Amino acid sequence: MEILSLLGQGFATSLMPLNIGIVIVGVTLGLFIGAMPGLGSVNGVAIVLPLTFIVPPASAIIFLAALYYGAMYGGAISSILLGIPGSSTAVATTFDGRPMAQQGKAGLALIAAAGASFVGGTISVILFTIFAAPLADFALKFGPAENFALVLLAFTTFVGLGGDDALKTIAMICLGLVLSTVGLDLITGQPRLVFFDMPGFYAGISFLVLAIGVYGIGEVLWTLERSRIAPTVTAAKVTYAELRSAIVTLARTWKTMTFGSVMGFFVGMLPAAGATPASLMAYGIAKSTSKNPETFGKGNIEGVVAPETANNAASTGSLLPMLSLGIPGSPTTALLLGGMVMWGLMPGPMLFSEQPDFVWGLISSLYTANLAAVLINLALIPLFVWALRMPFSVLCTMVLVLCIVGGFAPDQRMHDVWLILIFGIAGYLLRKADYPMAPLVLALVLGPVMEQSFRQALIAAQGDVTTFVTRPLSGMFIALACVFFLLPLAAKLRKHRHAVQSG
Amino acid sequence: MLKTLTKPDTLIAAALMAFAAYLMWHATALPIGWDGARGPGGGAFPFWLSAIMFLAAAGIFMRSLLAGVRPEDLKPFFEPGMLGPVLAVTLALGLTIFLMPIIGAYLAIPLFMFWYLRFYGRNGWPVTLSLTLITPVALFFFFEVALLILLPKGITEPLFFPLYAMFF
Repeated sequence: MEILSLLGQGFATSLMPLNIGIVIVGVTLGLFIGAMPGLGSVNGVAIVLPLTFIVPPASAIIFLAALYYGAMYGGAISSILLGIPGSSTAVATTFDGRPMAQQGKAGLALIAAAGASFVGGTISVILFTIFAAPLADFALKFGPAENFALVLLAFTTFVGLGGDDALKTIAMICLGLVLSTVGLDLITGQPRLVFFDMPGFYAGISFLVLAIGVYGIGEVLWTLERSRIAPTVTAAKVTYAELRSAIVTLARTWKTMTFGSVMGFFVGMLPAAGATPASLMAYGIAKSTSKNPETFGKGNIEGVVAPETANNAASTGSLLPMLSLGIPGSPTTALLLGGMVMWGLMPGPMLFSEQPDFVWGLISSLYTANLAAVLINLALIPLFVWALRMPFSVLCTMVLVLCIVGGFAPDQRMHDVWLILIFGIAGYLLRKADYPMAPLVLALVLGPVMEQSFRQALIAAQGDVTTFVTRPLSGMFIALACVFFLLPLAAKLRKHRHAVQSG
Repeated sequence: MLKTLTKPDTLIAAALMAFAAYLMWHATALPIGWDGARGPGGGAFPFWLSAIMFLAAAGIFMRSLLAGVRPEDLKPFFEPGMLGPVLAVTLALGLTIFLMPIIGAYLAIPLFMFWYLRFYGRNGWPVTLSLTLITPVALFFFFEVALLILLPKGITEPLFFPLYAMFF
């Protein structure tokens, strides 16, 4: 009951005219960004974040969360109409979405995707509302040792579950953490890692500079290299009759949708997992539990519904640890966290007691964003078809110009713009060599928290490192971290034994 | 041997090792061990993490060397024929950033857009000109008028005095 009254107060914030307007603009922009091949929610948030200085911090976060939501809806549009996923989170949507479009059922596929996204979004936001405050309450008991152990746990999920090469993941986590220490030492105030004595490094390396570099410029270079042939856009019309029949069909897939939503939410909470694996898992499970699995991949509507509920639910799930614990569940929420820190809204358990208006305003805005997204998505389908025909070079120039100007705007230093270019090139090359970028960005955002809690815990324990394992909660996190860390090794051993047995 | 050494995977791992070593050296400027009552020294966190990064990169390097040249290593690192365009865009971006403080953002950015849209993207004149001309105006109103963030103007600064007088 208490939750309902808090949520009610939240709606008082999120239903203010400014915030409704912001949700609508954010969702629409997110839909377009998500629909553009190559650009997903993380690119959108990175590129647009500097533009949000124009509104108050609380509204800026609501805006970015709405954009995140919109992008999750939008990803399906290019998956269906172009056969190219709008972002990696919508890869699974191409499996059946594209065949449906080729059979002339593009409209039905688009409605199914939007409807499924809405169901996934709504169920997950309800779960979010239920779990957010208790989780934050629980986290109030955390001291520095627990915080350190929790961040460590977040990183080890990348090693154990990220699916990328373990050594490359570790190298990227360490690089991100070391880059986060550039500037002034948190405790003694002494300068460190000031490369070439350049004054620009005294202020440290902003997460935004790395994110715009990697997800803005790096992404454009990455897409540029792969974009020789322009894809063909399938035409789509949405009629009222189609809308009605789609809703009837959707209602029949309620089992797939409920399962996808709940699973997506919990998978999304894990920093290394998130929307892409959640959608692939939901697709796989829908296919294997289906009565006629052979129709999957040939235009089965459940093949669109399952991944679309899961990826939207996962994006909500990844917001939960970010807001309640201060540990982002995805690269996009890492950027939201960075933005909140920049605006003085430190995410974590204290935020719930100190800024309840903001927290519940944000949570309630997820409900409005979800509703706005499904309506705008359906209403603007003809516009998306038109926008997807836009020449790729037009999109690229817009993104590149926004990267340069947006990188300059926060601190007004050319130093940052140069760093963005360097990070863009380095990120592009590393990504080509299969180095994962998400742990790098997460590490830069979480680095200060990790170092500070590590040093505080050690000072409090007078240098006794066992403090991390003897405190029960922290010890439990460390034990879990060890499990995740050893997972790739165990998998390798098993494969090896298998090979020996069968060979 | 030379082929395994010049594989992109090996080269990138070697570059990361070198960078990690540089970071380790840089971190030693502050104490990297226990620093009295202040706990771990300011250099400890970056130093030891760079050391782990060095070891991870060294592991990738050794693994890549020991694996030799496999068939998948023979396919080119860049898509055939696409290295040129990527390099051209990167250089153009670098030039634009270099020119921003000299000739100002309001000349450098339209120049970049003009080149990209017309010569690189081969768009028609209406698209090229309208975007090249509208963008700086939009940037001016968004950043300078609404956000009071001044973009670099370089030698074009005097041209903006009348605009400043109008809006501030």
